[in-house]
Amino acid sequence: MSGKPFFRTIFDVPHEEYFSPGHGLCAGCTAGTIAKLLLKVAGPNTIVVNATGCVEVSTTTYPYTSWNVPWLHVAFENTAAAASGVESAIIALKKKGIMDPSTKVNVIALAGDGGTYDIGLQALSGMLERGHRVMYVLYDNEAYMNTGIQRSGSTPEFAWTTTTPVGSQWKGKMQQKKPIAEIVSAHGTPYVATSNPNNFTDMMNKFKKGLETEGPSFVHVLQPCTTGWKFDPRYGIEISRLATETAMWINWENDHGEFRVTVTVPRRRHVRNYLRMQGRFSHLTEQEVNEIQDSVNKKVENINRLVGKTVIGPLVE
Amino acid sequence: MSDSRLIFVHGNGAIVEGAIQAGCRFYAGYPITPSSEIAEEMSKRLPQVGGIYVQGEDELASINMIVGASMAGAKAMTATSGPGFSLMQEGLGLAVATETPLVIVNMMRAGPSTGIASKAWQGDIMQSRFGSHSDYEIISVYPWSVQEAFDLTIESFNLAEKYMTPVVLLGDAILARMRERLYIKQEEIIDRKRPSEPEGKYMPYKRDQSLVPVIASFGEGFHVLKDSLTHNENGYYYENPEVQAKYVRGITEKIKKNAAAIEKYESVFTEDAEVVIVAAGPMARVAHSMIIDARKRGKKWGMFRPVTIWPFPEEQLKKSVQKAIYVIVVEMSTGKLVYPVKWSINDNDRVKLVSWLSYEAPTPDELEHLCEKEVNG
Repeated sequence: MSGKPFFRTIFDVPHEEYFSPGHGLCAGCTAGTIAKLLLKVAGPNTIVVNATGCVEVSTTTYPYTSWNVPWLHVAFENTAAAASGVESAIIALKKKGIMDPSTKVNVIALAGDGGTYDIGLQALSGMLERGHRVMYVLYDNEAYMNTGIQRSGSTPEFAWTTTTPVGSQWKGKMQQKKPIAEIVSAHGTPYVATSNPNNFTDMMNKFKKGLETEGPSFVHVLQPCTTGWKFDPRYGIEISRLATETAMWINWENDHGEFRVTVTVPRRRHVRNYLRMQGRFSHLTEQEVNEIQDSVNKKVENINRLVGKTVIGPLVE
Repeated sequence: MSDSRLIFVHGNGAIVEGAIQAGCRFYAGYPITPSSEIAEEMSKRLPQVGGIYVQGEDELASINMIVGASMAGAKAMTATSGPGFSLMQEGLGLAVATETPLVIVNMMRAGPSTGIASKAWQGDIMQSRFGSHSDYEIISVYPWSVQEAFDLTIESFNLAEKYMTPVVLLGDAILARMRERLYIKQEEIIDRKRPSEPEGKYMPYKRDQSLVPVIASFGEGFHVLKDSLTHNENGYYYENPEVQAKYVRGITEKIKKNAAAIEKYESVFTEDAEVVIVAAGPMARVAHSMIIDARKRGKKWGMFRPVTIWPFPEEQLKKSVQKAIYVIVVEMSTGKLVYPVKWSINDNDRVKLVSWLSYEAPTPDELEHLCEKEVNG
C-alpha cells in the first residue's frame, strides 16, 4: 500500500482553500494549520463533524465561519457517534437512490484530545468497532485548552496544567500520556497514523490515505499550543519539529497491519531541547528531564525493534 | 476559631473555601466553563489539607467517583455546568437511591446544549429537581453573593450529611466569576451519624422518627450493601410492591416532611407590598436594588428570594404575598422559577413572569420598566 507519497513538496499542496482565514484561534496556533491542510486534501465533497473544543469555538463565531464545507458541531463526547450517523445516512441516501451511488463523500470527525482520549473514547471505540467509513482526526494539544488548560488523558508526565499544579505536593501531572493511537490500532482499524504539522507533507499524505481507506481511519496529529504550553507564538512549528527530532513524538502509520515509521530521525536530539522551550515544563529538574529522556530511549528502542531496523537513530546531543 | 480572615475572591473560589471548611476531602470533576476554577482551586487546595483531587475522564466518571468516595465515608463534591449536569443525572439518581450525601455544584450557563459557555442563565432550576428519572426529592440552594456562596456551600454539606442526600448548589456564570469580599469564619459542621446498633442487628435503611437512615460507611465494620435497585431496610434488592412503595416513600418523605427545617428564604419589604418580586441568585440582587429604588419613589414593592429552591419555601412565599396584587417572577429563562411560585399561590392569576432573555443581567431601571409593564398591563 505504501508506494510513492502523493504530496512531496509545497508545490504539491492544492491552491484551493476550504478553511478560511479570519478565525479566532490564538496567534501562532498550529490547529489552524492542521485544519487548513486537512481540507486542502479532502476537498469540497466533505462533511466535517467537530467536537466542542478550540477549533470549534474559534472558527464559527457569528457572523463568520471558516468552513466552506458542511460542518456540524456536536456535544463534547459524541463526535464519533454523530459522524457514524452522518456516514450511515449517506449510505442510506445512496440506497434509496436519492444520492448518486458513485458520489464520494468524505466524512471527517475532528476533535481535540479531551474529546478523544477522555470523554469521547466510548463513542470513538464504537465507531471503530462498527467500521464506519469515517476519518477521525485528533488534534492533540495535550490538555483542555479551550476551558483554560486543565489536564487531560493526553497531558504528558510532569506537564503543568491548571489542575496539575506545581508545588510542594505535586510536580505537574503524575501520570503517563495515554497511548491513544495504539488503542485505536488495537481495534483492528485499517489505517492509523500519527503526524505533526512540521512534517506537513507527511501529515497530508496521511490524511489522503485515511480518506481513501475503506472503513474507519484515525490520524493523530500533535498540535503545539502557544497558550497552554507557554511558548512564544512564533515557535509552534519549531517545537513541532523538535518533538520529532527528540523522538518525543514519532510519525508512524499502521496501514492495514503494515507498520512503518514515516519520518526517520538519523540523529536524535536530547529531550531537553524540546522541554526547555515550553513554560509548562519550566519547573523540571535536570533529574526529571533525564527521566523523560530515559523513557524516550525505551520507546525508541521498542520502535526500532518493531520495525526491525534503526529508524530513530542514537542520541547525539 | 482563629481561622477567620477576609479575602477577595470570586464565587467559584468561595465555594472551594466553603467546601474545605465543611470537611470536603475528595473532589472529582471535569473541566467545564464557568465552573472550571472550582476544579483548578481544588487541585491546589485539597493536597494542602490532606485531601484528594481527581480529574475524571468525563462527568459520568466524576459523579460516580464522588458517589463511591462518599459511600466510603469521605465528604465529596463535584462541580459542573449545564452539559455536564445533564450527564450527571444518572449518578445523581444513584446517590438519591443509595442515600449518599454529596454536593454537586451546577454553575448554570446559557443553553440548551453547549449554549454559551461563559454566560449566565437560570434554565436549570427544574433540572436540578427533576433531572433524573422516576420519583425523588432533592435539596437545592442558590446563593446570590460570594459570601453566601461560601456559607451555603457549608450549609449544603451539612444538609447532605444530615439528610443523607445529594445537594445541588446552583450558581450561574455571574456568581462564578463575580469577585467580592469574603469573610471566612468557622461555621458549625455536621457529620453523618454513625450506627449505634451492633453488627447483626443494624439495618442501614431503617428510619427512626427523623425519617433519615443511619448508613454506615464502607470499612466501618458493618455489613452494608448499597444498591441502585429497589431495596428493603437491609439494603437488599427485593421485588415486592410494599417494598417499592416504602422505598420511594422513604427517600421522598425524609425531604418533604423535613422541608420546614431545610427551607431558607429572604423576604424584603413584603409586609405591606402591593407588588412582590420573586427572584433567585444574582438576579435577585438586581431585583433588590430595584425595589429599594422603587420604595424611595413611594411604590409599595417588596421582594421574596428563595434561597433553597428545592424544597421551595411555599408557606413562606404565601405569607409574603398576602397583600400583593401582583407577584412578579423575574428570571433569566423562559420561565422555570415561575412554576413553583404558581404552585404555592392559590389564586395564581396574579403571578406574572418577566423573562429576561439576555445573558447579561438587566440594570435595576430596565427591570423596573419591565415589571411596571406587567403591573400596568
